[in-house]
Amino acid sequence: MKVSPATGMNRGSGRLRRMKPERVKELTLIGIISLSVVTFGFLIENYLSGRFFNRVITSVVIVGILAAGQALVIITRNIDLSVGSATGVAAYLTGDFLAANTSTGPLVAAVIAILVGSTLGAFNGLLVAYGRIPAIIVTLGTLALFRTMLSLYSGGQNITADTLPDWVLQFNQVTVVSFGDFDIRLVSLVAVLTGLGLHWALARLRWGRRLYAIGSNPEAAKQAGLPEQRLVFWAFVGSGAFAGLAGFMFMARIGTISATAGAGLELESVAAAVVGGVSIFGGAGTILGALLGASLIKTLELSLVRLPQVSEFWRDAVLGILILVGVLIDLALQRRLSRRPIAAARSDSGSSPPVTVGEHSRASEGAPDE
Amino acid sequence: MSDWLSRHRWEAVLLVVLVVTIIGNAALSPFYLGFGNFINLFWLSIEKIIVVVAMAFVIINGEIDLSVASVMGFSAAVMASMQVSGDIPFLLAVVFGILAGALAGLVQGLLIARIGLPSLVVTLAGLIGFRGAARVILEDRSIGDFPEWFDRLGQQPLLGPIPLALIIFFAILAVAWVVLERGSFGRKVYIIGNSADVARYSGIGVSGVKLRLFIVSGLTAGLAGVLFAARLGSVRGSLAEFFELDIITMVLLGGVSIFGGSGTMFGVVLAVFTVLNIRNGLGLANVDGIMQTGVVGLLLLGSVLVPNLIERRRTRLPAPEP
Repeated sequence: MKVSPATGMNRGSGRLRRMKPERVKELTLIGIISLSVVTFGFLIENYLSGRFFNRVITSVVIVGILAAGQALVIITRNIDLSVGSATGVAAYLTGDFLAANTSTGPLVAAVIAILVGSTLGAFNGLLVAYGRIPAIIVTLGTLALFRTMLSLYSGGQNITADTLPDWVLQFNQVTVVSFGDFDIRLVSLVAVLTGLGLHWALARLRWGRRLYAIGSNPEAAKQAGLPEQRLVFWAFVGSGAFAGLAGFMFMARIGTISATAGAGLELESVAAAVVGGVSIFGGAGTILGALLGASLIKTLELSLVRLPQVSEFWRDAVLGILILVGVLIDLALQRRLSRRPIAAARSDSGSSPPVTVGEHSRASEGAPDE
Repeated sequence: MSDWLSRHRWEAVLLVVLVVTIIGNAALSPFYLGFGNFINLFWLSIEKIIVVVAMAFVIINGEIDLSVASVMGFSAAVMASMQVSGDIPFLLAVVFGILAGALAGLVQGLLIARIGLPSLVVTLAGLIGFRGAARVILEDRSIGDFPEWFDRLGQQPLLGPIPLALIIFFAILAVAWVVLERGSFGRKVYIIGNSADVARYSGIGVSGVKLRLFIVSGLTAGLAGVLFAARLGSVRGSLAEFFELDIITMVLLGGVSIFGGSGTMFGVVLAVFTVLNIRNGLGLANVDGIMQTGVVGLLLLGSVLVPNLIERRRTRLPAPEP
């Protein structure tokens, strides 16, 4: 299409406006990550080394996987606070199995971990979808319950690295391909591929689109005949499966597993998803965004501690601020894209994610990508 | 009576659970029914249940405050660091500690009420951020050596066998009951919790109410943090970590709907009694802490699932065509 020079500028900004908000968000995140890497590169000597790259890329694996699962649930307007406990249970049970059957290979171990996670997720899903209990209550309860069951099962006994098969301790170092000092590790590749797989499925497959539909307007989705309960159930099973995979990675990374393994990961996964632009009101956000959110958090976390001026104690404070900045950008972007006056946006915001009358109107108006 | 029962079915259920727990515990241990154990019951969780009262307001209002435990730690850290610097009288450090809590509530309240961010996200950031701030202030130090009067207030009974914190709790509870169930502010809290839109169209200053609630929530958490520091006699960055789970559980167990708009102070108090008695009883039976947490988690799930199932049975209509 030919555009006259006079309208050329309009076309440029129009293209940005016509871009899906998720794309804008993802590009922003990539921009922020690059910017912070460059900035730290100036501040820290030898920052851009292969060793550091390898550390970031392997340490983001667990949170990244959990953030992907968390995003899956948040997109349906729910939340899963039990993923940290589920990760711990999967890691411990898998470690326990491996210690008893040392000839087991990695693939079987991963399948076991994923099955354990899925089972726990199914329990959450049953209560949320069919028991009609708000997800935040169910998963607060199972956060405690799963941890208690693990503590009972373990009897205070740790699983130590020396009882595990030899491959476990090397698993984290397995490199698929190297570019000089920069390795692409197997664990990272698995995390990225599963994440991108889920991203693609949510964007292209029918059930994926339906999850978005449910999250952006549950009433309308039900009216349209979507099997809302079944979809929410499977979203939780999916989140549990990802927690199981994260449990496997946890076991391979840490080696020694106690009954408190994975505690606190639930908040980090929610934080990563939110920073990654997954809307807590459901119906918006992508898995790629969640993965980028996890990468940003880990990059900052690992970089900040290398600044001599910043003590390691700053980690959590920075993470808290980061989440706020993430949602503020998100809010600004949303208001921008939906071109609503700020007063109107304020008037229907400000209640928690569960369904209220106000949220319905927000969700239906707030979906700007036609 | 039957009228009361029909309106307060949940409270009646709790009452039964509570009585069963008490009888069970009394059968389990001869020490259980003594007055000493009764005081003990409260004293060991007094900081949590002070925050429970404020949290009930926030949740009835349709919001949530996940940051309370971190704000407790933050306030105590502010107080402790001022004590170490030693430039000001300790009483002032205590006041600043409590005010730090109110400030934390103000910041979060502004983001929620004025800018319109969801409270779940803001206070999640607060949970992580204020815990981080406490760690930044204290690093890995443990600060003790508070003046003797401070430790005594925290660790010894003040009036007869009753410690200061317990008096504060009952005072806050009385004020909360009057404000929530007898005053116009309380009506506004319920109405906003039921539907913020309806409240707005009725001319209620929704964001003002929300802002005030978050300031009070922060203030209460600050007070609880300082009291906890007095009871422990020292402050670390991890003070009161993970308390939020127990606090929210008690509120929800008290029949306060997570969607806002319903719940009573009476129900919340019953839930507090029930949880404390169950924990105490399990403790007397030598069941360890993590197991107690599991039982409380189970109770939380059951407390929502059972009424849901009853409700569904009672109102079973012909299934709508899918």
